[in-house]
Amino acid sequence: MAEAQNTPVGSTTAGSIAVAAESTVATRMSAPPSFDVADFPVPHGREEEWRFTPLERLRGLHDGTAVATGSGVKVAIEAPEGVTVETVGRDDSRLGKAGTPVDRVAAQAYSSFEQASVVTVAKEAVLTEPIRIAVHGEGGTAFGHQLIQLGAFAEAVVVIDHTGDAVLAANVDYVLGDGAKLTVVSVQDWDDTAVHVGQHNALVGRDASFKSIVVTFGGDVVRLHPRVAYAATGGEAELFGLYFTDKGQHQEHRLLVDHNTPHCKSNAVYKGALQGDGAHAVWIGDVLIQAAAEGTDTYEMNRNLVLTDGARVDSVPNLEIETGEIVGAGHASATGRFDDEQLFYLQSRGIPAEEARRLVVRGFFAELVQQIGLPDVEERLIEKIEAELKASV
Amino acid sequence: MATLEIRDLHVTVEADNATKEILKGVDLTVKQGETHAIMGPNGSGKSTLAYSLAGHPKYTITGGSVTLDGEDVLEMSVDERARAGLFLAMQYPVEIPGVSVSNFLRTSATAIRGEAPKLRTWVKEVKETMAELQMDPAFAERNVNEGFSGGEKKRHEILQLELLKPKIAVLDETDSGLDVDALKTVSEGVNRVRATGEVGTLLITHYTRILKYIQPDFVHVFANGRIAASGGAELADQLENEGYEAYTKGGPVTGGNSGGAAA
Ligand SMILES: Nc1ncnc2c1ncn2[C@@H]1O[C@H](COP(=O)(O)OP(=O)(O)OP(=O)(O)O)[C@@H](O)[C@H]1O
Ligand SMILES: [Mg+2]
Repeated sequence: MAEAQNTPVGSTTAGSIAVAAESTVATRMSAPPSFDVADFPVPHGREEEWRFTPLERLRGLHDGTAVATGSGVKVAIEAPEGVTVETVGRDDSRLGKAGTPVDRVAAQAYSSFEQASVVTVAKEAVLTEPIRIAVHGEGGTAFGHQLIQLGAFAEAVVVIDHTGDAVLAANVDYVLGDGAKLTVVSVQDWDDTAVHVGQHNALVGRDASFKSIVVTFGGDVVRLHPRVAYAATGGEAELFGLYFTDKGQHQEHRLLVDHNTPHCKSNAVYKGALQGDGAHAVWIGDVLIQAAAEGTDTYEMNRNLVLTDGARVDSVPNLEIETGEIVGAGHASATGRFDDEQLFYLQSRGIPAEEARRLVVRGFFAELVQQIGLPDVEERLIEKIEAELKASV
Repeated sequence: MATLEIRDLHVTVEADNATKEILKGVDLTVKQGETHAIMGPNGSGKSTLAYSLAGHPKYTITGGSVTLDGEDVLEMSVDERARAGLFLAMQYPVEIPGVSVSNFLRTSATAIRGEAPKLRTWVKEVKETMAELQMDPAFAERNVNEGFSGGEKKRHEILQLELLKPKIAVLDETDSGLDVDALKTVSEGVNRVRATGEVGTLLITHYTRILKYIQPDFVHVFANGRIAASGGAELADQLENEGYEAYTKGGPVTGGNSGGAAA
């Protein structure tokens, strides 16, 4: 099911479906997952997990030279009634249960944060208002950790907004109780100077549904690991992503869905548009279907629209299947150039070039935006896409 | 009365790192209300003429002029040409993922008319025109040309022709790939526009069968990048019987004389 169409020069769209006795995702990493930064060698850039990332722009997050400034990154949490918000120390036993850091920066974040935020939605609480977490950078360097946990059958929407300028390494854990429903929107709307690296771990309970919407517009370097594992059967995960990579920006999304339990579903759709010299988007989509995960149903897709010369996409879907007893598994990746013939066709109908370009880009994202299911977020995204397009043409 | 004047038009394309001259001095005048058929062998440059008039960036104009009511068309951008009243129904319409037909048509009509058409009358207009062209209303919600069959694409082109009401319409092989019924439906669409007397039509075709539905006032033979001969409707029949051979092999062709060149 892999496809690659009109791949622009300087882009890769690779895909593989491997039927293996053992996953290679773990063996390609330079060190096994660990909470301790000392367990990871300082990357030099040729490692599988770092080969697309401009290490020299990470401001020392990867080699231990980045030092927290103590202030300069503010976190404000607004939560409706029925939600408990706590600030806790490193030793809180609830932290780190959704997943273990898989690279040196995630481990650095885990080894360095001093306080973590814990947001708890009590069991069976169904929130009508979203929980809003504002992470605002004022030029500082910070290491952070957040835990969002939903009790059984709780339902919540969380919107995490990243704005301003910061050097931030932060991990987020999502723990969903049985039958819980969590929608998380993480918006990276940073200034163009910010560096943001983090790992998002979701642990999905029995029959629970997790929906993640990762939206990356800003930053100098943004590198996120949205990861999902299932605590029990019947879980469902939808991973949506949208990025608009401008001149000089590096935006990297490295997904992993670990089907470690029978009868779970996952669906990942990431779409990105790129424009300008040196714009670089990386998408890695690892899906593992372990031997025990019979009845798995999974699909992942990445599409990129390259609007100008000088932009680069690396898109690598990777599906590893250890059992044949599944409902479905597929992946697709395509990177296409903004097509001059499309532009000509629209213009030949009187539509000015700029508007034609906007029409095509809006169309490209529309289908994805419609799946978000949160009208105010959808509206904001459309506005943001419009603004990005205005800035470009 | 709108007039399109093509004078001594020379056009090249870049292919395999070489510049190739395709149009070698085209002369043609099309007036509002007239219908001109252009017939000619494969590769003679008919589509090149159509694309050059519309302003496709692949084609370089190296000589000559094109004016619409005295305005220099070659100076205009692609969209300006369309807004000035030129329309090209393409031989191979382009698919545009993610853009619905209804959104596309409305955006286009807004651009051409200079203001957004009133929603209620617009919806009705589109619906009725689609019905006349026997297009399923569901097409309005599909993406432009995506997954359309050859015939559906051609209907969609004529739908635009009817909605955009250009002064000069160039129809590049609109009849190719249509079955008999579709040909009739599509021709009726073209004829509704022609019946207003407000459009000049340049009909590029290989076959006389469409000319039975859309009667041309003039027929031109296109060969080797220029008009090799011109005549009335009878010239089409002659071409059907005798082929283009007389125009394609050897010797300089003299354009402009009516019909007789083939004899
Ligand atoms: N974009 C292009 N790049 C390279 N060559 C081109 C291009 N467009 C046209 N040509 C060449 O110019 C010549 C004329 O092509 P054109 O499509 O205008 O012919 P046509 O008369 O429309 O033919 P047909 O009847 O097959 O549609 C052909 O030799 C074609 O290969
Ligand atoms: Mg042609």
